[in-house]
Amino acid sequence: MASVSVPGERGRWLTRRPASTTGFWSWITTVDHKRIGILYGVTAFAFFLIGGSEALFIRLQLARPDQNLISAETYNEFFTMHGVTMIFLVVMPLSSAFFNYLIPLQIGARDVAFPRLNAYSYWVFLFGGLFIYSSFALGGAPNGGWFGYAPLSTAEAGNNMLFYATGLIIVGVASTVSAINLAVTIINMRAPGMTMFRMPVFIWMGLVVQFLLAFSLPIITVGLFEMLFDRRFGTHFFDPAAGGDPVLWQHLFWLFGHPEVYILILPAMGIVSEVLPVFARKPLFGYQFVVFSGIAIGFIGFGVWAHHMFAVGLGPVANTAFGISTMIIAVPTGVKIFNWLGTLWKGDIRFTPPMLFSIGFIAQFIVGGLSGVTHAVVPADYQQTDTYYIVAHFHYVLVGGAIFGLFAGIYYWWPKIFGRMLPDRWGKVNFWILAIGFNLTFAPMHVLGLQGMPRRIHSYPESLGLTFWNTAATLGAFIIALGVLQFLIMAISSFMRPKDAPADPWDARTLEWTTGSPPPPHNFDEIPEVHALDDFWHRKYAETKTGRVVPVPAGGADQAVPGGVHATRGEREMEHEPHGIHMPGPSYWPFVSALGFPLIGYGVVFSPWPIVAGAAIVLIGLYGWALEPSAE
Amino acid sequence: MRKSTRWVLGAIALALLAAACSPDASQSSLEPAGPYADTVDDLFTPVFWVAVGVFVLVEGALLWFVIRYRHRRTRTDVPPQIHGNTRLEIGWTILPAVILAGVAVPTVATIFDLAREPSGGNVMQIDVLGHQWWWEFDYPDLQINTANELHIPVNTPVYLSLCAAGSGYEAQPAPNECQADLPVPAGLGLSVIHSFWVPELAGKQDVVPGRTNTVWIEADRPGTYEGQCAEFCGLSHAYMRFHVVAHEADEFDAWVRGQQAEAASASGPAAQGQEVFAANCIQCHSVNGLTDDAGEPVIGAIQGPNLTHLMSRECFAGCIFETNTDNLTRWVSDAPSLKPGSLMPSGLNELGLTPRQVDAVVAYLETLE
Repeated sequence: MASVSVPGERGRWLTRRPASTTGFWSWITTVDHKRIGILYGVTAFAFFLIGGSEALFIRLQLARPDQNLISAETYNEFFTMHGVTMIFLVVMPLSSAFFNYLIPLQIGARDVAFPRLNAYSYWVFLFGGLFIYSSFALGGAPNGGWFGYAPLSTAEAGNNMLFYATGLIIVGVASTVSAINLAVTIINMRAPGMTMFRMPVFIWMGLVVQFLLAFSLPIITVGLFEMLFDRRFGTHFFDPAAGGDPVLWQHLFWLFGHPEVYILILPAMGIVSEVLPVFARKPLFGYQFVVFSGIAIGFIGFGVWAHHMFAVGLGPVANTAFGISTMIIAVPTGVKIFNWLGTLWKGDIRFTPPMLFSIGFIAQFIVGGLSGVTHAVVPADYQQTDTYYIVAHFHYVLVGGAIFGLFAGIYYWWPKIFGRMLPDRWGKVNFWILAIGFNLTFAPMHVLGLQGMPRRIHSYPESLGLTFWNTAATLGAFIIALGVLQFLIMAISSFMRPKDAPADPWDARTLEWTTGSPPPPHNFDEIPEVHALDDFWHRKYAETKTGRVVPVPAGGADQAVPGGVHATRGEREMEHEPHGIHMPGPSYWPFVSALGFPLIGYGVVFSPWPIVAGAAIVLIGLYGWALEPSAE
Repeated sequence: MRKSTRWVLGAIALALLAAACSPDASQSSLEPAGPYADTVDDLFTPVFWVAVGVFVLVEGALLWFVIRYRHRRTRTDVPPQIHGNTRLEIGWTILPAVILAGVAVPTVATIFDLAREPSGGNVMQIDVLGHQWWWEFDYPDLQINTANELHIPVNTPVYLSLCAAGSGYEAQPAPNECQADLPVPAGLGLSVIHSFWVPELAGKQDVVPGRTNTVWIEADRPGTYEGQCAEFCGLSHAYMRFHVVAHEADEFDAWVRGQQAEAASASGPAAQGQEVFAANCIQCHSVNGLTDDAGEPVIGAIQGPNLTHLMSRECFAGCIFETNTDNLTRWVSDAPSLKPGSLMPSGLNELGLTPRQVDAVVAYLETLE
């Protein structure tokens, strides 16, 4: 218990650091990146179920013409919250879950650079999400679309869009903090020998995403603050009658919003780039090109935002410039797809569930990419924009792409994270249910959009002749729901079996598979030394002079993994008792400090006093954090 | 995998094909009926087929690799570890870039083509005002003001100025160029972004508060073309529809003459309705030629649609109802229950009209032809 550091001595009067390693409080106070990753994942999945339910209501309403299952008001809230939820509370945090869990493991580190900050990100995100959702009980959820166009969002009375602006600022704090933390981790905490170009592609995509977040979130934050100023302090940023400009909001929003698209898709691209080589049993084709195309997408992604605004009237010169930049970004995206195909070429492809989801990702992402190019054909976009053709396009990218990629990740790393395999056969069934449901839902929307169905309408008359494909899409949506339900049952029931996953069940290539399933709190008994890209693979396989790949001679593989590749967890624990590894201690303060944010939020929406209380809690939390005794 | 994948891909292909040949859709961008929409369609169609070609090739390669290189039970060796091929990388960077450049050239040409102001002696100028949630059409040269139904002559380029009507923050009037001649800009509701869209005639153009966007439309043949607001504009966004009616030249002239006429004074049962109208409805609506008992002109406000020729329009209230006695009666009785957020007050509940008075008003409205 002897404390050596000065802040520890001074801080003792405040509190002891929490000590529990199991049970409820251990989860509240954890700073272990793996546990935080699991928290992120579970929370995001819960929001996924909520956002999905909203989508089902939307589809039910549109299943037939002229329906009134839900009112126009509820419909507008549901499509707004469906977008906000799926983007900010599902795909982003689900990606964060993987980043949190895997970045330290894949780069051979014991934790992230700032473990308490990491916990802070999670709690702020959770409270931000709950804050936005509390609006349903407090007089109305956001109803102006996830894009919140002014002046509709700023001139309308009602607290709906105040919850939107305040909630997104809170969630943005979480993402910014996490972006800096993870970028620092990747840059500074790599194991000896892991040069930048020995990093797994998932880590590279993670790095690009953190930079995208760090540079794009401030832009929407500016927009959101201006929105709040207009509502709360009588400014007129977006009010043309007083010299403001509604188009300013659109620029700010999409200058964030388009990099955001890549924030959503690059993690899934990273996951797929990990999964394909493992199950094709070949290295990723053109590693450097996949990495550089990811970086290129990150850069160009900041230069295409106005393709969301072709009908706004920016003029032919601006429309031309953004049409061309949008075409240009298709090139690095194509490079990625071709390299994935190259990875499959001459492989030995095993159709495990993660592989099926990865192949599904490619097949569906191609559709979304191609329809994306048709939007870059600006005059065609005059017809397509704000129709269901766009809805089809971005769901092919974000569901057929991002969500399928994330499911590939879930199936792939489930044994690593929970020490249990997901059943192979049911996983395949799950893939087919989801793939069929997805395509039945969203393929018809291409047709609906071209046939003149605008987005965000709660009802359409029968005379438009849109009924058939709408009914088909609704049917598809319920097949997706069935697939998600099946996944949920499968996932939960996997916990009824013993932890029997080996350390390396897939014969994989990256460092996380060298440690136990699940990994011990300190990740690695010994920090690995890295000699090559796909280091773990090279420890297991060697190439003969003729180019044939052979397993490393007996005993070689066992050196790579404590207790051997195929040892069970129990055996490994008997062999290796971690000692003398200093890990960051748990802390109450990230949780406490995050607790202040929703209070500040309610203050912004309702009356100023909670702001004072909330700010006090944040400050107390930060002081407690700073003065906390260092871990023993 | 293989068989089911083919099913899925087949379904996608079928869906796309169906898009090309579904004649029952009445608001379809795939059935252009004017030069603007034709131009867009002529650009989209080849790009679509190029995309289909790429789709078939890339998905085909994916499918082929997946089948050809699937794991076979007997296989025990590890496949050759191919790390990449720089020539291939350069090839598949350049080839798509070349294809895209090929797409970009006509794209850019068309962007500038469509942005040109139509020229020639016969161009017609019309102001379009987007309200929450209906469209106002004002013909400055012809002195016609109508709602929800835009009448145009065929084979004539019509140049539209698009303005958002309504109020800005704190219910302050928000000026717009289309109403520049008014002392105070008129319009209930908020001045928000709308988007003007008649798929069979032209692509969308947003209606943005504080700006005056323009777009031109032209119809090849007479007929009714359906349109709809395409930018989310609040509660009843779905109910902001309109018609564009294209006439042969002589028919159009007849329409113009009809619209320019003033309404006659009502007689019989409608006369009582006219009184109720003059007492309750002119706060928002005007009828050109309306007079009171003394024969003095009654000037109505222009916040809501001008009703002088209401019965000449096929639809009303954002074109969600056919103009007939039943619908008008229901609408005058209780508009907000039929259209969420409607700024037309409920006749029975808010204006305190009796059902008999409602019937009288409707009888009067039916004289406005």
